[in-house]
Amino acid sequence: MSRPEEQVVLAEHPLPETPRGEGDEEARVARRERLRLLSRSKTFLAGALVFGVFVFCAIFGEAVVPYDPLGSPTDILNKLEAPSSSHYFGTDQLGRDVFSRVVVGARDILVVALAATLLGTVLGAAIGLVTGYFRGLVDDVLMRIVDAFLAIPLVILATVALVALGPSKVTLVVVIGIVFAPIIARTVRAAVLSERELEYVQAARLRNEHAPYIMFAEILPNVTAPIVVEFTVRLGYAIFAIATLTFLGFGVQPPSPDWGLQIKENYVILNGGYWWPTLFPALAIAALVISINLITDGISRVFER
Amino acid sequence: MTAATAPALELDDLNVAYTVRGIDRPVLRGVTLSIAQGESYGLVGESGCGKSTAAFALMRYLPRNGKIQSGSIRIAGQELMSMSEDGVRNLRATQVSMVYQNPGAALNPSIHIGDQVAEVFEIAGGSGAQARERTHEILGKVQISDPARVMRRYPHQLSGGMQQRVVIAMALAKDPALLILDEPTTGLDATVEAEVLDLVALLRGEFGTSVFFISHNLAVIRRMCERVGVLYAGRLVEEGQAETVFTDPRHPYTVGLLRCIPKGGLRKDVHRLDSIPGFLPQLGADLPGCVFTDRCGLAREICREHEPEFHQLGGGHASRCHFHDEAQTLPRTTPSHTEVPKRESNGVPVVKAEHMAKTFHQEGHDVRALDDLSIEIRPGETLGLVGESGSGKTTFARLLLGLTEPDQGSIVELEGHPLAPRIAKRSSDDVRALQIVFQNPDAALNRRFSVRRIINRALTKLVGAKGEGRDTRLRELAHSVRFDVRLLGARPAQLSGGLKQRVAIARAFAGEPLVVVCDEPTSALDVSVQAAILNLLADLQRDKGVTYLFISHDLGVVRYLSDRIAVLYLGRLMEVGDAETVFSAPHHPYTEALLSAVPSVEGEERPRIRLEGEIPSAADPPSGCVFHTRCPRYLGAICEEQEPPLAEVERGHFMRCHIPVDELRRLQAEPPPPRARGSQAKTTS
Repeated sequence: MSRPEEQVVLAEHPLPETPRGEGDEEARVARRERLRLLSRSKTFLAGALVFGVFVFCAIFGEAVVPYDPLGSPTDILNKLEAPSSSHYFGTDQLGRDVFSRVVVGARDILVVALAATLLGTVLGAAIGLVTGYFRGLVDDVLMRIVDAFLAIPLVILATVALVALGPSKVTLVVVIGIVFAPIIARTVRAAVLSERELEYVQAARLRNEHAPYIMFAEILPNVTAPIVVEFTVRLGYAIFAIATLTFLGFGVQPPSPDWGLQIKENYVILNGGYWWPTLFPALAIAALVISINLITDGISRVFER
Repeated sequence: MTAATAPALELDDLNVAYTVRGIDRPVLRGVTLSIAQGESYGLVGESGCGKSTAAFALMRYLPRNGKIQSGSIRIAGQELMSMSEDGVRNLRATQVSMVYQNPGAALNPSIHIGDQVAEVFEIAGGSGAQARERTHEILGKVQISDPARVMRRYPHQLSGGMQQRVVIAMALAKDPALLILDEPTTGLDATVEAEVLDLVALLRGEFGTSVFFISHNLAVIRRMCERVGVLYAGRLVEEGQAETVFTDPRHPYTVGLLRCIPKGGLRKDVHRLDSIPGFLPQLGADLPGCVFTDRCGLAREICREHEPEFHQLGGGHASRCHFHDEAQTLPRTTPSHTEVPKRESNGVPVVKAEHMAKTFHQEGHDVRALDDLSIEIRPGETLGLVGESGSGKTTFARLLLGLTEPDQGSIVELEGHPLAPRIAKRSSDDVRALQIVFQNPDAALNRRFSVRRIINRALTKLVGAKGEGRDTRLRELAHSVRFDVRLLGARPAQLSGGLKQRVAIARAFAGEPLVVVCDEPTSALDVSVQAAILNLLADLQRDKGVTYLFISHDLGVVRYLSDRIAVLYLGRLMEVGDAETVFSAPHHPYTEALLSAVPSVEGEERPRIRLEGEIPSAADPPSGCVFHTRCPRYLGAICEEQEPPLAEVERGHFMRCHIPVDELRRLQAEPPPPRARGSQAKTTS
């Protein structure tokens, strides 16, 4: 639980009015305070630790893994070996080291998920700001389009788009970004709706500010908290979406060590007792998503204060 | 001592601290007070003094980071500090009730009023049917005219005053030994406030309940309480009979507070308000000696070194000041005298509004927020705009500013030329000419911007200032609103309410405006800060010749600052005239009622004229004179059939009433008549 009561007390007693230097420094103080709160949050720290390991894998994975994740011509001799001290996670049907593939596989999924979520967040925030600020006809039309998008299941939409555009990482990013944008737009719109009623927005109108300035310079900085939270939430979903789509064969293509692809290639031999080539990539997906959710929890608690 | 004779509340050397970042910060410092059975005790002080903490602490209901460090709390003779959790819960359920500031938040929005109130009786052990019967009875006691109907409603279907009545009914349902009222009328209209206060006074007589009344409003405390305590920085600095403390204050803080209030007759052009210099010490600051030293004009060496004892002055009056006998000689922080040169008027009004009307369309209803309002504002004057909420004050301001588009046929002229209805269509000179200071500086300033950025942006947009010229203007502006330039880099959250409001004023003045709308600019501020802001507004007007449209529900403040006053009711202009003319008889009956609703610190009681019922809905205004449903001087059928014209009754004094002015003058010299028709508050449907 967060500790809202502390805020109650602080709010009642404004900080001292002694000069404290320039605004930039003040911003730094606020940021440092947030980081301090985050560093005290156990959920955030646990999530950040696991996520950090995956980021490390994504960046340095190829340099640290014991075997070539794409395999070598001699691998086939060691196919489907159970986990052991030479192959921590065993080997797959082609004799490739599952541990190396899981470690190196972090890169594709992280890059694609981050890019897709970023695209969705930027698009969604823009739509949310415009609909929330203008309301009226603009709001009605855009939000009905958003509703229509929300009504189509992700997988169907993605499948159609991927078939039409051909499977590639860029297609994955675009498809997931576009599917996420309406969801993010709804959250941002709700935040903007309450924000635009505040008088600083009217004060801006009384200076005859243009709408884009009011939306992006005045309101946007005040709705960053829900946007950041939404970004982290969507990042978790993006990882699921990518794994699902690659599992269905629409994403990254072999011989990539993508986790979804590994599961797809190996789940058919599960009932032959070969559980390791499927289990470890699946665990990696779960661990990554959970770590992101823990981070989300920590961040949203700090922002809620 | 037995429970029957024990005081309702006894606090003995109560120390409370909040733990913030691992450090205990004292909030209440050795508070000792006692409330006899049936007595009403008022606790006053500015926000942040620890008033609410005291209320929560005495129920042992502090936030998790708060703790009672030492002292004792006895309620009806029972010691709370040694009591078990169950015991405390039981005590809260049976002995103590609390009424908070915001009744809307105190009621559960998804439960019918009847079920919520009945719950209190059920907890006390009544059967369902019994509980509902007693609910009906108690709602009648708080003067709700149709309890059965109100019981079937949800909280949001009731007005604020009605909600507060329900909360008071729930508080009294268990017949508590102690009733705690924490700012129970803040946020309510003056007329509703007066009704709620009347009700509390009446019920106190009936139930014999002891009342602990917390408020920042000295006049309310004066009216409601027999004894008062003045709290400063968690320390009780003065205590005594209400009358004694208010007429013969013996602590510099009390003296200062009383001087901040614009009292009857004081006007901006002859008298400046005094304010208390400096700021409340930070939460938990280390305060050696007297807590008020840093802000006290009388402080000497001894004040810094030795904590004054609570000097007993006789008659229960006590002051925690070394120099209590000199307190009233506290030097003023501002010269009391001010001179305003008489303005030359060339006869052209700066703003001329004709037939201003605004209809909002809500759920199929047409709501006439403003109806055919014609008014002139003269250059350099302050036009005060008063009326209950929903009277159209803010709508008028928004139409003038171009934030809302008026209905067809409305005409607004600025210095003789017509203004476009929407701000986007107005010339940059017109945009610059009309600015506003909002009520709540927290919402009016972008919390992500520094003060420098907020004011600079206004300078850039309104006067096209750039570079060095802008820096110079920024400094001048900051100086003119007495804002320390060293704080320009701070964000709003780091400033106190008064400083934030100064920033908002600086922003409004960035473009050398002709007219500044002040929409309740001081109602979110403490009295000492309010005084400083009012002085600032008066100074700016004197120096720059700006015109104000001053909206406020605080009639004392309006009277202090305004040259003329317009009274609105249901979107119609009921009376307009010079401030002193409007404030002295003859008044429009509505103005008369508004004036009589306001308690005063001097304790002089005007004959109370009660306004019955609530403001009718603007979607369905009454026929004839819109005020006839609540009018204390209702004439007869003519009031229901014909709308009276706005007639000039004296030079420059207009009134919308069927009663001839001489008749009004005669009537208002007498005590008010009892109203024949239904005497209980009615619910709106």
